[in-house]
Amino acid sequence: MKYGVVVFPGSNCDQDMIYVLEHILGQQVVKLWHKDTDLQGCDFIVLPGGFSFGDYLRSGAIARFSPIMTSVIDFANKGGYLLGVCNGFQILTEAGLVPGALLHNTSRKFICKNVHIKAATQNSLITNSIDLTRALKIPIAHGEGNYFTDADTLKLLQDKDQILFHYCDENGNITPESNANGSLQNIAGVCNAGRNVFGMMPHPERAADLELNNTDGLQIFESILTLMHS
Amino acid sequence: MEQTQLTTLETAKELGLLPEEYQKINEILGRVPNFTELSIFSVMWSEHCSYKNSIVWLKTLPKDGPRMLAKAGEENAGLVDIGDGIACCFKIESHNHPSALEPYQGAATGVGGINRDIFTMGARPIAQLNSLRFGDLALDRTKWLIKGVVKGIGDYGNAFGIPTVGGEVFFDECYNINPLVNAMSAGIVNVGETVSATSYGVGNPVYIVGSATGKDGIHGAAFASKDITEDSVNDLPAVQVGDPFQEKLLLEATLEVIKTGAVVGMQDMGAAGIICSNSEMSAKGEHGMVIYLDKVPTRQENMKPYEILLSESQERMLIVVTKGREKEVEAVFDKWDLNCAIIGEVTDTKRLHYYMNNELVADVPADDLVLGGGAPVYHRAYKEPAYFQENKKFNIDQVAEPTDLVAVSEFLIKHPNIASKRWVIGQYDSMVGVANMSTNQPADAAIVNIKGTDKAIALTVDCNARYVHADPEIGCAIAVAEAARNITCAGAEPVAITNCLNFGNPYIPEVYWQFVSAIKGMSSACTKFETPVTGGNVSFYNQSSDEGPVFPTPTIGMLGILDTKASMMTLDFKNVGDAIYLIGESKNDIACSEYLYSYHKIKSSPAPFFDLDKEYDTHQLIKQLIESHAIVSAHDVADGGLFITLMESAMSRNLGFEIESEEDIRKDAFLFGEAQGRIVVSVPEAKQAEFIEIAATSAIEYTLLGTVTAGDILIDEQSFGHVSKYKSSFETSLEKTIESN
Repeated sequence: MKYGVVVFPGSNCDQDMIYVLEHILGQQVVKLWHKDTDLQGCDFIVLPGGFSFGDYLRSGAIARFSPIMTSVIDFANKGGYLLGVCNGFQILTEAGLVPGALLHNTSRKFICKNVHIKAATQNSLITNSIDLTRALKIPIAHGEGNYFTDADTLKLLQDKDQILFHYCDENGNITPESNANGSLQNIAGVCNAGRNVFGMMPHPERAADLELNNTDGLQIFESILTLMHS
Repeated sequence: MEQTQLTTLETAKELGLLPEEYQKINEILGRVPNFTELSIFSVMWSEHCSYKNSIVWLKTLPKDGPRMLAKAGEENAGLVDIGDGIACCFKIESHNHPSALEPYQGAATGVGGINRDIFTMGARPIAQLNSLRFGDLALDRTKWLIKGVVKGIGDYGNAFGIPTVGGEVFFDECYNINPLVNAMSAGIVNVGETVSATSYGVGNPVYIVGSATGKDGIHGAAFASKDITEDSVNDLPAVQVGDPFQEKLLLEATLEVIKTGAVVGMQDMGAAGIICSNSEMSAKGEHGMVIYLDKVPTRQENMKPYEILLSESQERMLIVVTKGREKEVEAVFDKWDLNCAIIGEVTDTKRLHYYMNNELVADVPADDLVLGGGAPVYHRAYKEPAYFQENKKFNIDQVAEPTDLVAVSEFLIKHPNIASKRWVIGQYDSMVGVANMSTNQPADAAIVNIKGTDKAIALTVDCNARYVHADPEIGCAIAVAEAARNITCAGAEPVAITNCLNFGNPYIPEVYWQFVSAIKGMSSACTKFETPVTGGNVSFYNQSSDEGPVFPTPTIGMLGILDTKASMMTLDFKNVGDAIYLIGESKNDIACSEYLYSYHKIKSSPAPFFDLDKEYDTHQLIKQLIESHAIVSAHDVADGGLFITLMESAMSRNLGFEIESEEDIRKDAFLFGEAQGRIVVSVPEAKQAEFIEIAATSAIEYTLLGTVTAGDILIDEQSFGHVSKYKSSFETSLEKTIESN
């Protein structure tokens, strides 16, 4: 299995994702430069966090026009696995690869802190082995992470089991207080109808190293590894 | 043309030069300088670039140490060997004046500037800290400033992608007009792979790379070298505008271009722009340069030579490249879509020749412009201020002990200087880079993982400026000691400091006395702790016409090393029933405490108790206790006193404490006094014997205070309430105050 991490000029979580996939999980990882179009035969592609092109206009709005994205979109449309974290999720919504949009946090401030999320379904590559009753402590770090979509799309997401994560408190209760950025129905992550493209605002790669004393994010990576290698 | 017109003394004064300085410039050139040349001297001889009013005293600071790879003043930042072939490059710098006028851009560009100082040496920044001081939080101006500064630091640092791992925020009305914004960055680089800020090799091309040059920040260095007045708003063009995306590109491209091996020398464009980089690199390399200013990429049409030379437009680097290797260098900048233009070449004249459209517009000797060369050096007069003796008259017996100490506790936990800075910290990305080991393990210093090794570094910024004001020599020694205490409590070894010296107008003898005394205190403490000064920054003129100088604020940024990550120590109590000990001695001392200052509103008192030798011995004992795993938490007693320290250790895991005070010490002094040299540790039952065995071998006092409880706070069997109430006040009070209208 080969993992590809796309590097936009302003990506800054690319190295973190590579560190976790390569050093902690022992996987083969290549960087995919935004000006290239060759996906180098990767089986799983990650759009990492950061500020892809400075994001002065709207997060992810420019990145989706990168040469590499033409290939990535094509890859996803053919069923290839694609995960977007934080800015990566924003790029996925801009590219129309997952439904919805990510608005400014209701506080109008950048928020960086540990939050708790709970997987809503095991019916996805990235959540298949996560205990649905357990709150995972995973950090967020964003100014625009307030998930929004219209009522019809929301119904579709619910009917088709496309909501992957909800923000919750440490005991797993999905409450207004635990919804740090104002996301619709506490939604922290979704997938597309084809269940091969995944977007989430929290950073699982920031909760995957024992040396940082929090490995809750490993549950997501282990889900990926379990199915990718089965 | 204006720029080649000859100047007069009047013009020199308008540019901030003294008559004797103008005279000296005439002598150096052997003729009357033209306007461009005079502008060059005015910025290079400003305090900001030349340290002319501070260097005499800065030279007295200890600079040597076995780990020093680059000493203070040698490069853009200090370089410390941390072992395993890795060096840490770190520095702190002020951006006070711009932040007073335009808090968002002022603070943002401060972050940009300090990070460029790190990566211009070839080091990749891995952690940022900041030290912020604002005025009375009840004022709308203060709220405007803190919101702007914090957003500026956040937006720049977050996009740049280096975590902000620590810092301090302090409020006092002396900062109403002049806030202090000090930004620190630390990076790592393999030993032997650094780049120097030098220039040599006749015929080597000189490149400017990064952003185009605009009219922002012209005379910024000179602006930072005068008092803030009503007219300062007219200096707005002296404030630069930041673009963190460009900085991120510049970082990656710079580190990549160094790998080509084609770089002779490099320096970022900071204060005083192109002229500063040209002159400092040329002086260091003992060469000259010829520069064609019309080749500099500009943002605006028709920029004048002095504007191009002095512009402080951000996100630019000056690079001298080995002739013949231009293509390799240009390919890197092309990859990152950055400007990369040859603007001239190295000469053997030791002079800087500037041409604009084939006309020679300035001809100046490089060495005469710079610190250590021809820049002026002044011995300023100083005089002890009257308030200093007044402070010593303070007597604790004149202060009535309040009957309700629970009310004092509740007052202090909410005080902006003590309450959680969560509102501030939450706006900074503290976790990018997956190396911040303090996120899930709170400690007295920020601990940053050096991945791929068994090491980590510890970083802290400290300065209680109220102590420094009360007694500059002792207060500054305390700032160093507190930094060392924080590093030690986190399980690391203090190794070096960087300093940001924020003071008022150096031409006022009482202000200069504060500066001189602070330097003396820093010297003695840095010598004792074996933490040499690796560099930093002096910021004078932090004073306004109507409110006078700010507290003397010599911010200390300290670096520590953890040779094994497993020796990291945290500050939080772990288990109900663990014994709580105080290492160090309780004193009948409330001098200079937040309690005395804010609760009793008594503003004249000396610095709190401090004994440098005892302080050092206390740290050695703590080190020994950590190494032997006899304690499970360590937290120093600082602002707010013992009570606040205990609360901070307790709140993290929603635990409480039950303690007894000491009979011969006033209970308010016992709980809220800020006598130095004290650390609270917790010891599990199974480790008690070992703890006592080690502690008993030291000459340092230790006292059993009590035990950790499940959440109740009991002092001398009196209930002080439950931890949850304090925690709620602690976490939300600052936010409520700032967000209220």
